[in-house]
Amino acid sequence: MPKSGSTPKISRRAALAGLSASAALLAMPRLGRAADETIRIGFPTPLTGPFAAEARDQVKCAELAVKLVNDKGGIGGRKVELLVRDDKLNAGEAATRTLELIEKDKVHAVVGALSSAVQLAVNEVTRARGVIYVSISQSDTINEAKDFSKYTFHEALNPHMTTAAVARQTLKKGMKVAHLVADYAYGHEMLRGFKRAQTAIGADNVGEILHPFGAADYSTFMPRLMSMRPDVLCISNFGRDQANAIKQAVDFGVKQQMKIVVPVILHNQRLAVGPDVFEGVVGGANYYWGLETQGKSAAAFNTAFKAANGGAIPTDYGAYGYSGVGSLLAAMQTAGGTDTDKVVDALEKLQYDLTKGPQHYRKCDHQSVQSVLVLESKKKSAMANDNDLFAILANDTGSDDMLRTCSELGHAT
Amino acid sequence: MDLSLIIMQLLSGIALGAVLVITALGLTIVFGMLGVVNFAHGALFMIGAYAGLYLASLTGSFWWGLLLAPVLIGAFGMLIEFVLIRRLYGRSIDDPLLLTFGLSYILVEAVRIVFGSDGIPFPTPPQLIGVLDLGVGFFPRYRLFVIALVAVVLVVLWLALEKTRIGLIVRAGARDPTIMQVLGVDIGRVWLAIFGLGVGLAALGGVLAGPMRSVNPEMGSLVLAEAFVVTVIGGLGSIVGAVVAGLMVGISISLVALFAPEMATIVMFALMAVVLLIRPEGLFGVRGRTA
Repeated sequence: MPKSGSTPKISRRAALAGLSASAALLAMPRLGRAADETIRIGFPTPLTGPFAAEARDQVKCAELAVKLVNDKGGIGGRKVELLVRDDKLNAGEAATRTLELIEKDKVHAVVGALSSAVQLAVNEVTRARGVIYVSISQSDTINEAKDFSKYTFHEALNPHMTTAAVARQTLKKGMKVAHLVADYAYGHEMLRGFKRAQTAIGADNVGEILHPFGAADYSTFMPRLMSMRPDVLCISNFGRDQANAIKQAVDFGVKQQMKIVVPVILHNQRLAVGPDVFEGVVGGANYYWGLETQGKSAAAFNTAFKAANGGAIPTDYGAYGYSGVGSLLAAMQTAGGTDTDKVVDALEKLQYDLTKGPQHYRKCDHQSVQSVLVLESKKKSAMANDNDLFAILANDTGSDDMLRTCSELGHAT
Repeated sequence: MDLSLIIMQLLSGIALGAVLVITALGLTIVFGMLGVVNFAHGALFMIGAYAGLYLASLTGSFWWGLLLAPVLIGAFGMLIEFVLIRRLYGRSIDDPLLLTFGLSYILVEAVRIVFGSDGIPFPTPPQLIGVLDLGVGFFPRYRLFVIALVAVVLVVLWLALEKTRIGLIVRAGARDPTIMQVLGVDIGRVWLAIFGLGVGLAALGGVLAGPMRSVNPEMGSLVLAEAFVVTVIGGLGSIVGAVVAGLMVGISISLVALFAPEMATIVMFALMAVVLLIRPEGLFGVRGRTA
């Protein structure tokens, strides 16, 4: 105690000690908070534009995956939060939003994107900053050594495995095949996949037409496609382009002459143009709610989704949102938190079954090895109810044989 | 390349052009007579498609939708003119442009809220399903119907403008509104009717396009761009210009699609660039009123 009258003297050493102690005290709540700090997952997806219907389903399913984990107490006591951003189906916009998510919102990982071109832009940003990215949209290139990084995971099917499965169900030796293809990454990759499968099967290519992305009218391509006289017409485009192209092909009487095949048959687009237009169209899918009669995980996923969404059923691209976020959270659970290297390691070792049977990420390229469905759109009179859209023609069990080899993709083996 | 394929391709182009003509017509009439660049034209096209679909499902017949939607949406257009646009006459051309631009956002968002952002199927009327054998190939009945209907609408419109008293007032009003007022014509009512007509034509385009495409809230944005291109090529404000340019663009897209399909969309803009370089006022435009 200083004597009264004299000014209290504080030595420099004491002052320093005091300062550092108070600094430590101030820092304490931060350190303490870090343990129960929320885990933030960034989720860029095209909420506006021609893929909006699919994007919204992705968000609903991603939110469901997060909710189920939070209901069980989160990950190591930490709650999980999903930060959804509209990438407007634009690579530049997606890169900006992703950068913002990483720099400003400090997300621990990124899941999402719904276009092959946009996901590559997201991947550019995440791999440069060492943030885990689980892509849930079709792409072959993202797994190739050029675009790959140890932080890059691809949960979706890829064009190679999808087109191979569809071609196996629809093409035969000597058949003539024509292609109508959207002129951007997705279309190009699907065309490449189909042509590879065609060659293997021994079907002949009679012509290909590239159409501008997002076109509303396809009538001008129809006379030429019909003059090619193919047995099968492969229409490789996505979202509303798929609905419009198929509808107009049917208007021109294409179905009377040839079978229409698509790489990915979309639940929402089938709803958008009705059963008569889609009748008999065959396409691949990652998920269909009707799998519930074949597997426990599909039934559980459907039940959880229905409970959270007023009885609605989950769709194909929606299921990617669930399995993409779900597999990441399962790996974080194993890793006991968000340490990037530990989570990457856990993802590589993860065996998961969230929607349709066993899946795992292949070590060399982080592609999810999974089953591929081939569906056929039902005739109106054959539908048992409004949700009974497709018949399952094939359910090919996932295996490494479906994928291009690690060395073909340019990875060290 | 055989002749029948080229004929089929021409026909596709004419059908495509027919919808372009109808939408560009509404845009060019409103600009020519009112000096208003209507950026909500695409949104009103979309509203027309939704209205047609709604009325068709309500009455159980496509034909009621086709008949009533343009009338109802045309009346809605008159309301827009009366409540909003009327206040901006005499001001800079940017003011109504900005107003209608904002309006288009409101309309698209309102439709998203009411009908959702997913596409909705618009069934082709049962009488027009299927294809017709033209000897050189098969062509969708519905598209042939669209060509015929647009031709009828054009003839009726031409007769109304050239042969009736109302048409005379409209044409005179476009040339010199002040003289018309001095002569005792209520020019405000003429403008109201013209804007309603322009919007009604946009809605008609929307209903006609419905069965060819899926109906969704964003379907108007692409149409707006196309309609502007056609209007600029034909000459802002020129009705004949809109018809010629619409068909020209449709046929160009179609023939280019035959040889270089990836270029099909760009050809429209290339055509516009060439026309602007050679005749800045457009093919049938009035000199001094450049784009």
